[in-house]
Amino acid sequence: MKAFSLQKPASVADAVAALGSAEDVLPLAGGMTLIPTLKQRLSECAALVDLSDVPELRGISLEGDVLVIGAMTRHTEVANSDVVRKAIPSLAALASRIGDQQVRNRGTIGGSVANNDPAADYPAAVLVLNAEIVTNVRTIPADAFFIGMFETALEPGEIILRFRFPVPDMAGYAKFASPASRYALAGVFVARTGDSVRAVVTGAASSVFRATDVENALARDFQPGALDRISIDPSEFLSDIHADKDYRGHLAIVMAKRAVQTALALAE
Amino acid sequence: MTITFTLNDRSVTVDVEPSTLVSELLRDTLELTGTHVGCDTSQCGACVIHLNGESVKSCTLLAGSVDGQELRTVEGLAGGTDDLHPMQVAFRDNHGLQCGFCTPGMLMSSIDLVNRNPDPTEEEVREWLEGNICRCTGYQNIVKSVIAGAQALRDASRGDDHA
Repeated sequence: MKAFSLQKPASVADAVAALGSAEDVLPLAGGMTLIPTLKQRLSECAALVDLSDVPELRGISLEGDVLVIGAMTRHTEVANSDVVRKAIPSLAALASRIGDQQVRNRGTIGGSVANNDPAADYPAAVLVLNAEIVTNVRTIPADAFFIGMFETALEPGEIILRFRFPVPDMAGYAKFASPASRYALAGVFVARTGDSVRAVVTGAASSVFRATDVENALARDFQPGALDRISIDPSEFLSDIHADKDYRGHLAIVMAKRAVQTALALAE
Repeated sequence: MTITFTLNDRSVTVDVEPSTLVSELLRDTLELTGTHVGCDTSQCGACVIHLNGESVKSCTLLAGSVDGQELRTVEGLAGGTDDLHPMQVAFRDNHGLQCGFCTPGMLMSSIDLVNRNPDPTEEEVREWLEGNICRCTGYQNIVKSVIAGAQALRDASRGDDHA
């Protein structure tokens, strides 16, 4: 790694001051992506601001119909939280399958969402529920947050404080994980609230996206069989050593059906 | 930067570069080479240590981040050569290691598991050790060792209750 300085602020105000607006000063959350990236010199920075000592960024609570999760809450905490398991069990299940246990002991929801890896799990949950992303500056709806590969609406110096997830009537997530990295080759999150259905695909394209044909079919009939005649155009999908775009397109529908099955099973 | 932390029950104060990894600090500066570095990309799990009692990959942890925290490495498990941790005994007795390179990480991950789940099923052990790779592929005996180690720890804690 190239040399950098490290700061450990104890409050959001101090963290924001330490970050300033310089592009080479980066916030450090769980570090499960950022540190390997720095080690491989895929990125570099002049300074890191470690957010792990900021208590305001942690915690899980239910405020009416909204599940609130602090940005520095670790995957293992979301996976094992009784509050999350009761309010949005599919979200706890998603967190329990990110990476491996040692990664889940460090990795955070805020870090995952801010990084917006095209194959990450959490962005699918945030987008499918249209969660609100509360930063030190503003509140951003998920629909306006994910811009593209590793790109979000966050500006330099802006950090995520917490997420506000509206609790759906039912929701389910299914992913086909790469056997090596456990990242999704294709993952689909479906959620139904009243008559509204949203379906989000991760892992298959350059960023998470809503699959509107899947949503329309499931709005008519929220059953796996409703997707028998649905396909997703894979022409813009990723192709790599693990899976080509046609295979990812096929996987996305298979995962969508499994996600519906999971949603129905969790709601019973 | 100067950091102070607890390492295997002893307080350590050391001057480090902010970009130092905990795996480098342990091996190069403190000469505790029981923690192994295999892939150095947080996939293989040979470098697993305990941070505040939880298993983490020390090759993906900055030394500056452990200031004020509590660390335990494989060196901190045994009381002495004749006083191995029950999980170490179980690995020895069940042939849970071949070349031994992955063993420190396997031990640290397994002990974190049984601390949280004293009676894990084989499936739970396999899932928990997903991030620990054994390139000798000795997984059968590793899983057997963890289940035996969990049993030994349960027996020992029952013994304590009667004492």
